[in-house]
Amino acid sequence: MDALFLSRLQFAMATMFHFIFVPLTLGLSLLVAIMETRYVQTGDEDYKRMAKFWGKLFLINFALGVVTGITLEFQFGTNWSRYSEYVGDIFGSLLAIEATAAFFLESTFIGVWAFGWNKLSPKMHALSIWLVALASNLSALWILIANGFMQNPLGYVMRRGRAELADFMAVVTNPFAWQQIVHTLSGAYLLAGFFVLGISSYHILRKNEVTLFSKSFRIGVVFALVFSLLEVVQGHMHGAEVAKIQPAKLAAMESLWETKKSAPQYLFLIPDPENERNALEILPIPGALSMLAYHDFQAEVKGLKDFPKEDRPPVTLTFLSFRTMVGLGFLFPLLALWAFKIRNKLEENPRFLRLLIYVIPLPYIALEAGWVVAEVGRQPWIVYGLMRTSEAVSPIASSQVGFSFVALTILYTLLGIADIYLLAKFARKGPEPAN
Amino acid sequence: MLESIWFLLWGVLWAVYFMLDGFDLGLGTLFPFLARTEEEKRYVLNAMGPFWDGNEVWLIAAGGVTFAAFPRAYAIMFSGLYTALFLLLIALILRGVSLEFRSKIDNPGWQKIWEICLFLGSFLPALLLGVAFANIFKGLPLDEQGIFRGNLFTLLNPYGLLGGVLFVLLFAVHGGLWMALRGSGDLERRSGRMASKLWAVLTVVLVLFLAYTAVATKLFTNYLKSPLWFALLILPVGGLVLSRVYMGTQEWLKAWLASALTILGVTAFALVGLYPALLPSSLNPAYSVTIYNSASSPLTLKIMLGVALIFVPIVIFYQFWAYKTFSHKLEAKDLEYEEAY
Ligand code: HDD
Ligand code: HEM
Ligand code: HEM
Repeated sequence: MDALFLSRLQFAMATMFHFIFVPLTLGLSLLVAIMETRYVQTGDEDYKRMAKFWGKLFLINFALGVVTGITLEFQFGTNWSRYSEYVGDIFGSLLAIEATAAFFLESTFIGVWAFGWNKLSPKMHALSIWLVALASNLSALWILIANGFMQNPLGYVMRRGRAELADFMAVVTNPFAWQQIVHTLSGAYLLAGFFVLGISSYHILRKNEVTLFSKSFRIGVVFALVFSLLEVVQGHMHGAEVAKIQPAKLAAMESLWETKKSAPQYLFLIPDPENERNALEILPIPGALSMLAYHDFQAEVKGLKDFPKEDRPPVTLTFLSFRTMVGLGFLFPLLALWAFKIRNKLEENPRFLRLLIYVIPLPYIALEAGWVVAEVGRQPWIVYGLMRTSEAVSPIASSQVGFSFVALTILYTLLGIADIYLLAKFARKGPEPAN
Repeated sequence: MLESIWFLLWGVLWAVYFMLDGFDLGLGTLFPFLARTEEEKRYVLNAMGPFWDGNEVWLIAAGGVTFAAFPRAYAIMFSGLYTALFLLLIALILRGVSLEFRSKIDNPGWQKIWEICLFLGSFLPALLLGVAFANIFKGLPLDEQGIFRGNLFTLLNPYGLLGGVLFVLLFAVHGGLWMALRGSGDLERRSGRMASKLWAVLTVVLVLFLAYTAVATKLFTNYLKSPLWFALLILPVGGLVLSRVYMGTQEWLKAWLASALTILGVTAFALVGLYPALLPSSLNPAYSVTIYNSASSPLTLKIMLGVALIFVPIVIFYQFWAYKTFSHKLEAKDLEYEEAY
């Protein structure tokens, strides 16, 4: 195994692990802020206990988000040093802005919030969780602008053998990046919504703190509903952007081999990349793919065979991840609508509540699958059309990468287990009793 | 000019990182020797509780700024020091989760595991940072393409190791003083005493390190060219003397500030010697990575300067406020409520 392969494996493992914790941070920080604001407005102690309960889960989750983030910040230098030299002028600044504008704010005020219950006025305390929520969402914004540059490089000139910044506004207003920002954030919010629904359901089923958890449920359901609807609608616009900017990725997402006018979408399909065809295609919806990609039933969609072999992304993984995400994407609004419908008669619907507990992992799967589509589908490019992943890797011994990969994998596995154990423990335990 | 401003800012970020995370790392290193009872352990943990994360971001910012302002230096430094850097990251990961996890479950075995991780996760970063920076002062074996011709063991030379010991001691004194500042009673007294004892060792090691630096590195070249710069030595020496004086009078805040001055001073002294190189090459000075051959484009440097000049003062403002709000003496009620470590 060479340094390139190991570096890819390690990068994928480390980012995907980081992203287990990121979305809950993004969404739950907002929900806790909303709960605590209700407490400040109404003085209702239930809301305070609620903010503390969800806040505790938030903190346990947050810890792993933070520590796994540091690895990523340095991994561009350790494993992708040629990439870092090549685009550092632009990409590096975006990471530095993220750190100075967002991480400081986030990490300082998370400490203030966690340790400040008895020291700050209720208003100041609520403000500190709003600052945490604002900062973590800002951090997502900047890192996604950085990722957007890799997906759709803009605003640069080639000079001195590297990509140099030519137009900062073009980098920051990259339309592809903004699709990613809306899509990723709204995915994170819907995840947090379903997380709150699932855990609230668990306690309501056990008749534990029913009032408090019914209120939590009603806050969570709004998030789940609004953002799962937004996710589907905006996801289609995102798809259209992909069709325009990375047609090879679109073809891989749909496993479309031949260029076609009025391309259909098959409800069921098995790719066969060996033979550059699909082993099975059934249940076509005529013209649907053309419609989705170009808002025109007649439009021509480019197939994979029109791209040189060395420019094609891995098809099966991209395709399956896309299907998984979209499938779940249609399920979430249905679940959220149902949850919304019964929000005032929760105790009469125990079976649905039980179902909601099992829904908790699904948004996680959708988010990770989405990233696999975006990143694996971008291959073989690290910066689309500009630099190949194979040219980006550091000149380092594969034994070094092997060591770090194994060490990180073991460490992350153990920490992941410990963290999920703690989350489950405190989620089950419920809030501190009122006094 | 822009490059030199960025060199200064780059130095400031590292110096502030050492000054702030230095006391967390030092306190974590002292933890097994300082805290005896469960109560004392929790006092130590909560003494850094609200701060360690905000402090660590100075490291992330220093890394990010290296990437933004000197991408070539970022690429060469972190790929060259690959294994050392991963050990550092793993250690910092362990430090962060130990603080967060330890007190969440009332089980001696569980707590023991995280106490060991806290120690390792604090001691190792101090050591590794010292080893890494001492080796940078000395020069890394970089060839003309900037490829690091060595491995982890290249770094473990006597000068590098002495740098590691120096950092561990600097941070340990700093951490001890922080605990004296925030603790009371027996814990306060013991922390203060431990800091004073380590202070003596630190003074010896610092003198040794300076002398060795004259032999093993070219850091003094800049000073010999314009000897006025030697005046900078006032900072570390003055900090060192003052911190001892205030340890004697048990004015912990002043002693801690003086120790912070020592750390800032040592960093400043080294960086002035390094300028304009970021990573000198020990193979051939012409292969060195300097601020000129590694800098970003003028446009990026200008935009980032604007960003830094806006945000860094704001960060300093609210972190200062957070320190003021939380650096009082810890009391029993600070351990009682749920979120405490
Ligand atoms: C869409 C959101 C998102 C994405 C794609 C990433 N992150 Fe992240 N990151 C966050 C959203 C986030 C966050 C929500 O802001 C975190 C998670 C938990 C936390 O504390 O902040 C965070 C934490 C976090 C930290 C720790 C900050 C601290 O100490 O407070 C670092 C250094 C990074 N991230 C760096 C990265 C890098 C280099 C990434 C790219 C490969 C990356 N993150 C992907
Ligand atoms: C947090 C969510 C993310 C996930 C889950 C994720 C996932 C992945 C995966 C699976 C790969 C491997 C692709 C392959 O090699 O086939 C990859 C590669 C990569 N991604 Fe991401 N990614 C995420 C965010 C980002 C962001 C925000 C950036 C940059 C700002 C980024 C930059 C890269 C780079 C540099 C590579 C390495 C080159 C490569 O292997 O293609 N990723 N990512
Ligand atoms: C029917 C609904 C959906 C559609 C049509 C859709 C569409 C897309 C498309 C086209 C991409 C690839 C963009 C790229 O190449 O960068 C993508 C990526 C992604 N999707 Fe979805 N999506 C849907 C639902 C979801 C859901 C429910 C989630 C999570 C809860 C999700 C999370 C993600 C994430 C995290 C990415 C990677 C980041 C990005 O590129 O925005 N998606 N989605």
